[in-house]
Amino acid sequence: MNAAHAHEAHHDELPRGITRWLFTTNHKDIGRLYIGFSVIMFLVGGILAMLIRTELLRPTLLFPPEIYNQIITVHGLVMVFAAVMPATTGLANYLIPMMIGAPDMALPRLNNWGFWLLPPAAVLLVMPFFLMLFGIGNGAIDTGWTMYAPLSVQGGIGVDFAIFAIYLMGASSLLSSINVIVTIFNMRAPGMTMMKLPIFVWSWLITAFLLIAVFPPLVAGVTMLFADRHFGTHFFNAAGGGDPVLWEHLFWFFGHPEVYILLLPTAGILPHILSTFARKPIYGYKAQVYSFWAIGALSVVVWAHHMFTSGMPVPAQLYFMYATMAISIPVAVLFYCWFATIWQGSMTFETPMLFALGYIVLFGVGGLTGLVLSDAVADQQYHNSYFLVAHFHYALFGGPVMGIIAATYFYLPKITGRMYSETLGKWHFWQTLVGFNLTFIPQFFLGIAGMPRRIPDYALQFAHLNMLSSIGAYILGSAQLLLVYNLIQVMRGVGKKATTQVWEGAQGLEFTLSSPPPYHSFDTQPVIQ
Amino acid sequence: MSARKVLALLSGLGLAALVAPDAAYARYPWEFPTPVTPVAKETLWVHNIFLTFISIVFVVVLSIMLYSLFFHRKSRGAKAASFTGPRTKLQFVLSAIPFLILAFVDYVVMGIPAYHAVLAMANTRAGSQMVVKVTGMQWKWQYEYPGLHIKYLSTITTPQAQIHDQAPKNKHFLRQVNHPLVLPVNEKIRVILASKDVIHSWWVPAFGVKEDSIPGFLRETWVKIDKPGVYRGQCAELCGVGHAFMPVVVDAVSDDQFKQWVTKEQAREQAARAQQAAATAVTYTEAQLVTQGQKVFTANCAACHQASGMGIPGTFPPIAAGHAFSAAPNMIAQLRKRGFITPGGKIVEGPVANHINIVLQGIAGTPMPPFAASLSNVDIASVITFERNSFGNHTGDVVQPAQVQAARAANQKP
Repeated sequence: MNAAHAHEAHHDELPRGITRWLFTTNHKDIGRLYIGFSVIMFLVGGILAMLIRTELLRPTLLFPPEIYNQIITVHGLVMVFAAVMPATTGLANYLIPMMIGAPDMALPRLNNWGFWLLPPAAVLLVMPFFLMLFGIGNGAIDTGWTMYAPLSVQGGIGVDFAIFAIYLMGASSLLSSINVIVTIFNMRAPGMTMMKLPIFVWSWLITAFLLIAVFPPLVAGVTMLFADRHFGTHFFNAAGGGDPVLWEHLFWFFGHPEVYILLLPTAGILPHILSTFARKPIYGYKAQVYSFWAIGALSVVVWAHHMFTSGMPVPAQLYFMYATMAISIPVAVLFYCWFATIWQGSMTFETPMLFALGYIVLFGVGGLTGLVLSDAVADQQYHNSYFLVAHFHYALFGGPVMGIIAATYFYLPKITGRMYSETLGKWHFWQTLVGFNLTFIPQFFLGIAGMPRRIPDYALQFAHLNMLSSIGAYILGSAQLLLVYNLIQVMRGVGKKATTQVWEGAQGLEFTLSSPPPYHSFDTQPVIQ
Repeated sequence: MSARKVLALLSGLGLAALVAPDAAYARYPWEFPTPVTPVAKETLWVHNIFLTFISIVFVVVLSIMLYSLFFHRKSRGAKAASFTGPRTKLQFVLSAIPFLILAFVDYVVMGIPAYHAVLAMANTRAGSQMVVKVTGMQWKWQYEYPGLHIKYLSTITTPQAQIHDQAPKNKHFLRQVNHPLVLPVNEKIRVILASKDVIHSWWVPAFGVKEDSIPGFLRETWVKIDKPGVYRGQCAELCGVGHAFMPVVVDAVSDDQFKQWVTKEQAREQAARAQQAAATAVTYTEAQLVTQGQKVFTANCAACHQASGMGIPGTFPPIAAGHAFSAAPNMIAQLRKRGFITPGGKIVEGPVANHINIVLQGIAGTPMPPFAASLSNVDIASVITFERNSFGNHTGDVVQPAQVQAARAANQKP
């Protein structure tokens, strides 16, 4: 095609090659970029997880401790910031305009910028590993993903790289949040009132507000950390009038809502999947929306329950304990609505439904064990032990990751126009369920027995359970390759063609469009009755 | 890996291992370690109530779900209902019940005992009979009995060979120290926590106590141990490379034994001071110092500077001269100021006086800690002599303990 032709080309004709993806302002393209990026980063974080479990397979040192510390830190940062967050943002970009009957996101160029900030951030996180191989610096950040000062003031160049990665990821999250809010407030099809919004859209609206509320304090925190490291300030140094605990407050003021930032979008996608495969409308729409609001509001006032061993005064301990317990109520409302949605349905168990049900069970364990952790005194035993590690993996893998996988299977036929292999999908589910529980159930007992987190080597009484956990992790890790294989097959065009509705019980505007949907979704604006 | 090793690994999985464990693997941790303090007993009680409660909730809710999954499936011909919320007043009231139960459990069953437990745990002073100061540092604990003039360091004694699988691991692998904290039973002991560098966390599971030690601030907690015995735990806050290697070992003894220990310990510390003074006066040969210095280096320096003396690029400088080293600007500036690095970035052996001061005082703003309190004059003289005449260094410098003593005295002048 020559230049003259390109000018005359039809509006819908796409640029080819790399420029299509670099310069795209189309919400579906950007959504796919996010999801593809997230899959790659899941694999990076997953490989690091396998290294962790290999180190812990037996009580001995395979890696030097400083390398082990880098592995656990980068595993945490990659999974939270570069895998789960981009996955939910990708779903938002792909789905929200179609769900609300809009042609695109409100701010398409900003959308492009938001995505392209992420790959450099991921490179910054991982690059110090490779620089070390060439004799530059001492490797990646090694402070744990919580980056507690003064340890993070002591650390090498990996900490600086991570700080810059956080700047980029923070900017990216803020841009996409602003875009989501502006789109939802301004771009809804006629008749789509706020209380008719699909529940996934609601969950993302709350998520976007949370991100805007809590990311700036983290950015301020890492800036202070950077100043302490290089410009001789003493924000976190008591000798200069600072306080190391200030960092903990700044970090967890972001860190606790972050849990809900990861969780809410998948809690929003879940009712769609449950209702589709139960062939029954969503139960308690309003109750769920109000619960999202309540969870969002409470999540920013409970942060210091991560700091019960830091020596807080009694009133603070009591307040943060009782406030934390309060979150259990709106979360329980969500569970109640999920159960009521499938109750008396006409259920079938395709892969997305299996993962959605697995979500309910695994996230349930994460939620219930979280209830125990909220007790300020009992927390002295659980805090920083493997009980905590097991708890938050049930909450973050059991919730967000299971939800993302469910949503991937659910929308894959819509996005690609091809059905995936249901047999492989089911294998993926059962192997994930077995592997996950085998990995993390032993960790509850390890924590109760007194094994702290973030140690590369451990006392002998922990040996058997750790080995069990590592074997579970290998099962869990290898299961994810089935998903990757399934994705590649679908993208190669293998599998039968998907219908417009894809699933028998699917509802919503996105299921009125062809599979895959046209590049600009709606030729005429839909009207919602 | 030999077939026998593979078998040994696999046996860890089988029930066979549960039935016929060897001594080190004997206990299986289905519950907290037996609690021996009021706080730990309280915690175990709360833990048991709660695990029971959440297990019941989990089983009940899972049963409801499984019932639904079985009976409300399309393949059994189930027809989907269409309700989207409670339809009658009765249903509204009934649907509130689970939340009322949850709130009751949160704020009454759990909330009231937790209130009292928080107050009890914060009450470190009333009735306390003794104070112990615990100071965390990379990567050991210092225990101090302010009223008794006793102060010592407690470091891990597990040999490197066991950690690197070159020797069979002993029963208390990674949980053994040279000097345990000795405490009397049945006395309320106020534990003050401090830190010299980064945040550590002092944790003994049998005491139900985990409290952070934070640089620049004091934190406190308390224990009242009701059963003599040796209790083991370890640091619970990531504090750098040696985080896994700073165990807490507490030896709880009867009141009489404690008094005996205090007398013995005071005498030992006095004797150590006298011995140090005597040893400082002796002039040693290079061979004697190098031999002793190697031991001191392995125990105190090798974790960072490595047994090879090559350090770790980017963080811990090599001891061996002539090797290139780059690190944070402050580290390089400090090394240059003391004459230990050339403008071209190569490590050199700087002046002896600076070397002594680095070991005594550490280098502020870098991970190099001070050893003035933990090493004797002889040890410091030995290790410096060793460093300057090993790893390919041939300075021929011999440092005598008296020089170290002189440096100490000079540092104490205002």
